[in-house]
Amino acid sequence: MPTILVEVMPKAEILDPQGKAVAGALSRLGKDRYTAVRIGKRFELTVDGPVDDAMLAEVRGIAEDILANTVIEDVVSITVTE
Amino acid sequence: MRIGVITFPGSLDDRDAQRAVRLAGAEPVALWHGDHDLAGVDAIVLPGGFSYGDYLRAGAIASHAPIMAEVIDAANAGMPVLGICNGFQMLAEARLLPGAHTRNAHQQFIRRDQKLSVENADTAWTNQFETGAEIIIPLKNADGRFVADDETIRRIEGNGQVVFRYVDVNPNGSMNDIAGVSNERGNVVGLMPHPEHATEPGFGPDMTDAMRSGTDGLAFFTSAIAALTRA
Repeated sequence: MPTILVEVMPKAEILDPQGKAVAGALSRLGKDRYTAVRIGKRFELTVDGPVDDAMLAEVRGIAEDILANTVIEDVVSITVTE
Repeated sequence: MRIGVITFPGSLDDRDAQRAVRLAGAEPVALWHGDHDLAGVDAIVLPGGFSYGDYLRAGAIASHAPIMAEVIDAANAGMPVLGICNGFQMLAEARLLPGAHTRNAHQQFIRRDQKLSVENADTAWTNQFETGAEIIIPLKNADGRFVADDETIRRIEGNGQVVFRYVDVNPNGSMNDIAGVSNERGNVVGLMPHPEHATEPGFGPDMTDAMRSGTDGLAFFTSAIAALTRA
């Protein structure tokens, strides 16, 4: 079954309090070489059949309109795995 | 005067909003997210809650509900639309209002009786206030941090689209202390705090003179009635 992977990240200038909390935890655990952590989302869209250009174009639209809110997030990648 | 309140899966404050509409002197009309029907109402309230569990993003899935097609058309035609908390998030997700919401900067859910300043008393939902008035209504949210890019912030500040600002305490890290905004026309207003919970003495926020006596939220609903009466 092909799966289309969509990755969404908060925009660089948007505060990511969850990432900040993880960065704080790492630092408290002595893992202090990491200056920042940001948390994003990965969506896996499974399809029943081949992935063609038209479907990828549709997924691009879904990603920009629904999966991400482009006021605060960027769609950083769309890839296909088997 | 008939004011519709839309119930989504996960709405919590729809009946409180209906009650507020009644206390303000209008007839509340229960509307359903899955319908394509506004039942001929004169104004619309999108209530608070956690529609669809706030999965994806707060208000995101609800902003694509069937009835939102009619809400967007009505809003663009000038009908008064108020989004409270989760309803504000829906209106931002539907792009009827500028900006977006993220998790509170301190990561905690917060509930407090919140002081606000009324920055624009010339909208469909604030015309019964004086500009600069300070009011207290309850706030309760996890994803209440208002954000927008610099250009949008400049534009809405310049246009008077910042309708409410947090006073004394910024409870969630919202940019420019913004608690509520409107569209350019002023018929669509959204805010994170809950005016419908401050409409009846004995059931409102604590005020300096008496516990639970706050009714500052009532003027939101009488404003809509006044706007519709004038129209």
